[in-house]
Amino acid sequence: MSKFELSRRTLLQSSAAGLALLSSASLSRLAQAGNLTVGIVYVGPRDDFGWNQAHAVAAAALKDVPGVTVVEEENVPETIAAAKSMESMINLDGANLIFATSFGYYKPFVLDLAAKYPDVEFRHAAPLWTEGDPKNAGSYFGYLDQAHYVDAVAAGLSTTSNKLGFVAAKPIGTVLRNINSFLLGARKVNPDATVQVIFTGEWSMPVREAEAANALVDAGCDVLTCHVDGPKVVIETAESRGVKCCGHNASQAPLAPKGFITGAEYKWETIYKMFAADLAEGEPLPNFTGGGFDVDFVRNTPYGAGATEAAIAAADAARADVTAGKPIFVGPINKQDGTPLLAAGASFDNYEPSLDQTDYLIEGVTGSIT
Amino acid sequence: MGDDPGLMTVLLAMFAGAIRVSTPFLFVSLGEMLTEKSGRINLGLEGTLVFGAMSGYAISYHTGSPWLGVLVAGLCGSLFGALHGYLCKLPKVNDIAIGIAMMLFGTGLAFFFGKPYIQPSAPRLPSISFGTWSDHPAVRQALEINPLFLLGIALAIFLWWALKNTRYGLIIRTTGDSAPAALALGIHVDRVRLLSTMAGGFFAGIGGSFLSLYYPGSWTEGLSSGQGLMAVALVIFARWNPIYCFWAALLFGAAGALGPALQSIGISRGYHFFNAAPYILTLLIMIASTSPRRSLKGAPGELSITK
Repeated sequence: MSKFELSRRTLLQSSAAGLALLSSASLSRLAQAGNLTVGIVYVGPRDDFGWNQAHAVAAAALKDVPGVTVVEEENVPETIAAAKSMESMINLDGANLIFATSFGYYKPFVLDLAAKYPDVEFRHAAPLWTEGDPKNAGSYFGYLDQAHYVDAVAAGLSTTSNKLGFVAAKPIGTVLRNINSFLLGARKVNPDATVQVIFTGEWSMPVREAEAANALVDAGCDVLTCHVDGPKVVIETAESRGVKCCGHNASQAPLAPKGFITGAEYKWETIYKMFAADLAEGEPLPNFTGGGFDVDFVRNTPYGAGATEAAIAAADAARADVTAGKPIFVGPINKQDGTPLLAAGASFDNYEPSLDQTDYLIEGVTGSIT
Repeated sequence: MGDDPGLMTVLLAMFAGAIRVSTPFLFVSLGEMLTEKSGRINLGLEGTLVFGAMSGYAISYHTGSPWLGVLVAGLCGSLFGALHGYLCKLPKVNDIAIGIAMMLFGTGLAFFFGKPYIQPSAPRLPSISFGTWSDHPAVRQALEINPLFLLGIALAIFLWWALKNTRYGLIIRTTGDSAPAALALGIHVDRVRLLSTMAGGFFAGIGGSFLSLYYPGSWTEGLSSGQGLMAVALVIFARWNPIYCFWAALLFGAAGALGPALQSIGISRGYHFFNAAPYILTLLIMIASTSPRRSLKGAPGELSITK
């Protein structure tokens, strides 16, 4: 019996301590009302030469903004762990803006938390927000397919086999759109070019990415690019097999001193700083922010040794065209199964909303989604 | 290259993949085989593998010598083995539970120390070209063979011979089959198991260094996709026979190459299924090779799963 009393007393004591801690935490949160604490959740390591690094570089730039505190957590899987991690940033670190940087964080974790914490702003790095989702949630996205298109213009002039290889993670809209734009860029300068795609099924699976890269080279591809979280393995494999490559997400130029052509990179710091400035001035954040070259959300890696004079000139011209708003998707374009996507003469605007829901590959791409 | 270039491409890719991907399986399964022969199960080899990958890469980066990295990876592995061996010696300690703890510990420690080594490029292990006779680039590429693979074959043959024909082999097998009998013979059971687990950890560490220093050849936190765990299943499949361990490792390597190879020749429907081939294979093997009515042929009698 005495044992029970003891444990009850301990319970009371610890809950009292907990309450005190909670109230002091909320007090300190009020005290910091003028300041901005940004919580950033990464799905992988911050220095993966890829997706997470692109965000981390931008987060580092954000730290230099006065009044902004940045808390980060890496290697957070797309499970309930993401919700826990975001909640602890809100409750323990007093975060008032959360950047959820991985695709799978949005449904249901960001949506649930946005409903639970109406005072905290949530922004998620994929074009998923739609009307009807909580107003304190939103999406921000760089249209990397524009940069992949420019990459492919250079790649199309660099291939001799006319076969370009693409190692892709999962067949979701943004990945498929990058693949399609990559083909269109190559076709623009080289009508015989084809793109062969291999899906690995995971965002990060180094051994399988290496196998896929090797398989593409064995199949005759002489320029490789990829859409996986950390392109390090694909780029290094391409370099060691003696073929050229285009990067993805962040700069991989140092990994391929001989064959690197150029790469498609995000420039998240443009968006992050824009959000921080909006919040500092008390402006509401936009629910949907997206853009490409025209608003400086994406960029190309500086040309490497693999880029020829002709490729550089053509790629620069293509980038100028896209920045000026010239369309990437110009008909005639058929889907892989032969159904027409665009008739001759028709075109999609580069921010055509239906492209966000791309669920097809176009003719000229070898490989299947399922 | 034959009438059907597609089929040839797949077969060649599976052959090349078997050689490229099998080495970590081979080393880890040989290490696990040796540990189990002495009567213990070390499930922690997955953690040892990851830590070996990290330490090998780090040492190679700092010293410029990948072979030194391989050695240090092995030594780190044997330290993990020693810890496992020591803990399991204590009374009423379950080796499987310790193994799982060691797996998480090794992985976590590797991530902790490995942070600064994700970015830099370390010198990698060289390969030996056996394909110069062929003018087919894919064949030449397939026959770029890493010395560790050859070392693994030599090790498998050596272990097979040594377990069968040497006094030490007999001691290990006796310890694994019946601890009381070993005690009666004056064998120090715990010491034999400690040393076997350390040797097993050494091999697993080398297997890890192959991942980071040769194929795919860089240190990242997602480097191992369960190779260490699959190798444990592979030992059961191989009936605790080192030579079979080699064939099983080749089979798993080839299965891993199947998905990408099929996609490269245009058979891309159902790639999730083909990508899962190694795991499906593990499952099928476990189902096919176990029965509630008999214990496994060749299984050491002291193993806690067969006892």
